[in-house]
Amino acid sequence: MTENATKAEGRRQKAESPTAATGVLRRSQNAATGGNVTRRGMLRSLAGIVGGILALPVARVCKAAVQNGLASAPAPSGYDPTQHKWLMALDVDRCIGCGMCVEACQAENDVPQGFFRTWIERYVIKKPASDSGKARGATVVDSPDGGIKGFPASLIPKEEILKSFFVPKMCNLCEQSPCTQVCPVGATFDAPDGAVLVDRKYCIGCGFCIQACPYGCRFFNSVTHTADKCTLCYHRITRGLKPACVEICPSQARIFGDLKHPVADDPLQRFIANNKVEALKASLGTGPRVAYAGLDEVVR
Amino acid sequence: MTDNAILTNVAEALPQFKDYVYPNERTLHPLWSVLIVVYPYITGLVAGAFIMASLVRVFKVKALEPIYRLALLTALAFLLCATLPLLFHLGHPERCFEIMMTPHFSSPMAMFGFVYAWYLMAVLLLELWFDYRRDFVEWSKMESGMRALIYRAFTLGVTDLSEPALGLDRKMGRIISIVGIPSAFLLHGYVGFIFGSIKANPWWGNVLMPIIFILSAVVSGMALCVFAYMFLCWARRITADMRCLDLMIRFLFYALVLDASIEGLDWLHRLYSAEEGIEVLKYVATSKLFYTLLIGQACMGTLVPLLLMGSMQIAGKKVAELNRRRIYFSATVLILAGVLAMRWNVVIGGQLFSKSLRGFMSYKMEFGGPEGWWLSAALLALPFVILTVFVKYFLARDLPTLENVVPGATPPAGPPPARA
Repeated sequence: MTENATKAEGRRQKAESPTAATGVLRRSQNAATGGNVTRRGMLRSLAGIVGGILALPVARVCKAAVQNGLASAPAPSGYDPTQHKWLMALDVDRCIGCGMCVEACQAENDVPQGFFRTWIERYVIKKPASDSGKARGATVVDSPDGGIKGFPASLIPKEEILKSFFVPKMCNLCEQSPCTQVCPVGATFDAPDGAVLVDRKYCIGCGFCIQACPYGCRFFNSVTHTADKCTLCYHRITRGLKPACVEICPSQARIFGDLKHPVADDPLQRFIANNKVEALKASLGTGPRVAYAGLDEVVR
Repeated sequence: MTDNAILTNVAEALPQFKDYVYPNERTLHPLWSVLIVVYPYITGLVAGAFIMASLVRVFKVKALEPIYRLALLTALAFLLCATLPLLFHLGHPERCFEIMMTPHFSSPMAMFGFVYAWYLMAVLLLELWFDYRRDFVEWSKMESGMRALIYRAFTLGVTDLSEPALGLDRKMGRIISIVGIPSAFLLHGYVGFIFGSIKANPWWGNVLMPIIFILSAVVSGMALCVFAYMFLCWARRITADMRCLDLMIRFLFYALVLDASIEGLDWLHRLYSAEEGIEVLKYVATSKLFYTLLIGQACMGTLVPLLLMGSMQIAGKKVAELNRRRIYFSATVLILAGVLAMRWNVVIGGQLFSKSLRGFMSYKMEFGGPEGWWLSAALLALPFVILTVFVKYFLARDLPTLENVVPGATPPAGPPPARA
């Protein structure tokens, strides 16, 4: 009882104190103007919105600069990733399955044995059985050692083959890359120039990105104990060179270019203009950017 | 022919790969192997055990009081080990703290550190402390030597045993327990989301995956509590409180019915919608996972326990207590094995087919090595070792009996296992 009386007295003294009185006054003033939008308030809000919009490009440049500075991507010091947008296009009808691109990639990037940053698949579509009522028979796919030494003759007799073709595979440079989305520490990131890169000094090696890639383009590097993938030969393209696979392709099945700096009669622009291009597994919503021409529906 | 080509040809000749798999998928064992099977299993046991404890604290199910503290300590013992399988699996375990220091917020895995820390620090440890504080104070006075020191340290210097202080303990315990239920769901739902969010994999990328994980977690955790309680009673040569046991089994039965229904719905939906890859999934389920999915998980881990526990719901008290206990024990062991099989089927099953949907891989589990059987078994055994220590120090029979921790609770009918 005595304790309650003391508490009540305390509350009363607090309410009568100058600080409490000032607070009441401030609240009553707020109540008088409350709900009304003043001119000054409106101008402040507008200025905030405009400032925010103007700050976006600055923030983007800063983000690119930080990425450029912190990431261990082997770009030269003067390279500005915001000034480029790299793209690869693959012409299925031109690929002859020689495997030189795979070999060049392995040599250029020191890829561990048994893993591939790029590889070639051979699709053999059989003729349908005569009474099956189908337009085509079974599809047989192989990629012996990623196609690095080309392909031996198919075991399927020639007379049973309806058609056959080679499909080069690599990172699809997704716009909404699932590998980047799931990386728990941000070691995998979308560079502003369109490359999807892995910071080896930061990757914890959980393998989540490898599971999330629908194309099987990533692998666990047993030497570095980190995730590994195609970098578009970042150390080359940032110095004005082409990726090794593009450089060596004898049939020009791989076309590479910079969408922000098209050259005269740009091969990439010409390829996009002259072909009906499509992407792999586009239905997954990953926004794959690598443009394929001549894809058959059986290719996954 | 290079060494690499020979290796690949040999690998292709082995029955390990069937039809076409992407070259980067031709590895000796799946990227996420048995350690990642153990990880969601342990996490699920934590969540389920906590839910069992919440039945007492939040829903005031008085008959379950004998297992309240045991359930909380079980949850803690398993939670302390929950991160270990992940840690052993990482390519760079020394960088593990980057998940918490520089998290990537769009990653479900990045949230793990926060959800785990929240659950451990803000839920489980706090609830245990508020529940045990009075006992710590009294035990520190009654015991001597090392034990007294340990108990005194655990009081954290708060030795006030006045009625308002004890009332605050009870109030805080209940609030934390209420917060703990969604936290437990979050902890394990997030684990399910790790798999459910991978749209590249038709076995995993499924909106029901987090719900299935939560329900199976509740089932496995409840089964673990029954198992631990019966084992403790057996070890202490005391008779289990049948009222408590019957009720635990009833809750377990209901949870298993719900879990089996949702998992059945998942398969029904998959088969009916028959999206791309369904033929691959059907092949995996009926051949590669025949023993672990159809026999282990569906039949022995779900149907048989449902029949055993269901028959006990009908027959009830007509069955002799000893026989009832035997049936309950068998059902819980089968459920624990069945949920482990379910984790195996999800984690390993999702890596037994190529993302090209044109081929299949096999998994031959190693005995030794960092991804081997022995390490997983050790990691599964470790929480039981920790739980034994907890029981020795915090559920010891020779400790003085205290009043029930739950306000207004009546002493259990049978002899409780925790207190003499």
